[in-house]
Formats: sequence, structure tokens, C-alpha cells
Amino acid sequence: MGFADFFRRKSSGNVAKDRLKLVLVSDRAGCSPEIMEQIKNDIIQVISKYVEIDLDGLDIKITQEPDGNNGTVPALFANIPIKEMRTKKL
Amino acid sequence: MGEVIVITSGKGGVGKTTTTANVGTGLAKLDKKVVLIDTDIGLRNLDVVMGLENRIVYNLVDVIEGNCRIKQALIKDKRYPNLYLLPSAQTRDKTAVNPEQMKKLCDELRDEFDYILMDCPAGIEQGFRNAIAGADRALVVTTPEVSAVRDADRIIGLLEANEIRRTHLIVNRLRMDMVRRGDMMSSDDVVEILAVDLIGIVPDDENIVISTNQGEPLVGSDSMAGKAYMNICRRVMGEDVPFLDLNGRRNLLQRLGDIFRKN
Repeated sequence: MGFADFFRRKSSGNVAKDRLKLVLVSDRAGCSPEIMEQIKNDIIQVISKYVEIDLDGLDIKITQEPDGNNGTVPALFANIPIKEMRTKKL
Repeated sequence: MGEVIVITSGKGGVGKTTTTANVGTGLAKLDKKVVLIDTDIGLRNLDVVMGLENRIVYNLVDVIEGNCRIKQALIKDKRYPNLYLLPSAQTRDKTAVNPEQMKKLCDELRDEFDYILMDCPAGIEQGFRNAIAGADRALVVTTPEVSAVRDADRIIGLLEANEIRRTHLIVNRLRMDMVRRGDMMSSDDVVEILAVDLIGIVPDDENIVISTNQGEPLVGSDSMAGKAYMNICRRVMGEDVPFLDLNGRRNLLQRLGDIFRKN
């Protein structure tokens, strides 16, 4: 490892931790990446009927939220930026 | 009334059998009456780790099928007056036994023993269901690797679903030098992710290999792993034992190195 890498490198322990957190979110929700992709596409289809969505800024994921009882429950988190409302066309 | 503890992990090769052997032997050293049950039918291992492989006459499947009485199948460990092993069958498979039969067996042993330790096979299929059927509590063994922790998370979920409420975590084969360098998840990282109570941290220790070669569990010896396992035994019994300082003494230069490695 070179001197420059020494400062740039993200420690592999932290890489492991981040990867693990991501993989556990879908494991715990019992939801595969393919199903997430389908959910995402369906949501886009429905919302697009009414407004124009910024597809690049779209963020849909399953997160773990506290259930108020020391545990966590999965929640579907969707951040969908709108480019333009389509109300005028109606 | 004895307590049934299942030692499980999901992933193979993380140290379930070694943990069962050492925790069981340690509890016997602490004057508890203990029986170890190898539930990995077809892949018998606990007998060799315990060094009792030459004394097997009957096995778990013989007991379940009524070919012998429980007493006849239990191997008494001559080194410890309170320690017994019920070995697994090598020539059968998991389907030879079902969860109801295992639960019944556990209940029969409760009167006789303080602790009944079930060494669980890897996986989440019938072997796992057999091993947890009669359990009151669980020790989940993991190593600080993505694959092992992921499987441990799945196992913890399955234990909850099967109404085993007392689940404790053992982080095995931790290498403090790598944790300091940032190249291994720490036990804190693993506990944070899995959100279960920690009952032990066992450092990676070559003495484990040596003791397994010899068929003599090292619990209670002067090695780091030996001390760590003995502490786990005391915690299993409900004692409040502080965690070992695995860092050892580090000089100024080493500590300066640690500071620079952090990022």
C-alpha cells in the first residue's frame, strides 16, 4: 500500500459493516432486489399518471424504523422528486 | 431442573462444536452436571473435539429409536466427574429424528443434568429444527465476517419465531490486531448490527487448533481463548464477569501507529 492510499483508503472493516447493513435490510424484509425493482417500476407508473417524476433523483428503499418497543420494523421509504405537475393537461 | 441451551450459527465452520466442547467442559469444571448432545446426524464431530471418539457404543439415533436406554448411550468423560456426551450417528441422516422426539429427549435429561448443551448443525433445515426443539435458550456463534454475521441474523430471527427468547451472542475468532487496523469488524460493530446481548468474545488463538488436535478442550487454561471460554461459562451461569482486555500491553510506538491507521 502506497503512502497516498494510506489516507484515501476506506478501512475494509467499515466496508464490511456497510455491506452487511445493506444486505440485512433486504434479508430482514424478505425482499429481493428484483422485487424492489418491480415495486419501484410500479410506483413510477402510477405516479407518472399524475405528475412528471425526476427519475434520476428517485430513491426507493426499505429501511428499519424503531417500533417503539426496542425492536425495528421495516418501512418502505420513497423519495420521489416531481419535475412538473400534470394537472393543467387534464 | 436443567436448562437446555442450543449452540447455533447458521453458517458452518465458525466454531459451534469448539464452543459447545469448551462451554460444556467449563461448566463441568464449575461443578455443574453437564451433558453435550451432538445433533449433527451424519456428520459426527463433537466426539473427536472432546477426545471421546474411541468410546462410542450407542448414539443419539439409537436412543431415539429405542435400541438402548439413554444411560447406555451417554459417554462419561473420565477427566471430569460431571461431564457426559451423547454422540451423533455417523451412518444416518437428519430425517432419522424429528423435533418432537428431540424435545422429549431434552425433557427426560432435565431431571438428571444442570445443563444440556445441543451442538447444532449448520443450516436452517431439519437438523436445525431438531436441535432447537427442546431449547430454553440459545448461544449464537459468529465470526466478524459479512457472511457469518448475515447467517447469524437469519438464525436470530428463526429463534425468535420459534419462541426462544433468551438468545446471546458469541463473537468468535476476533483478531484485535486487524480490528485496530480497521481491517476487521469489532465485536461492537457486530453487536450493533445484530442487536442481541453479547455473552462472549473469543480471540483467534492458535491454542484452539492445538487443543482440538489433542482432543482436550482448553477452557480454563492460561491461554486467551481458555480464559474467554471460562468467562462465557460464568456468564451462562448468570455471573456478571467483565470482558477480557484483548489488547494486551501496547507500547507508545504501537499506539501512535494505531492513531495514524484510524480513518
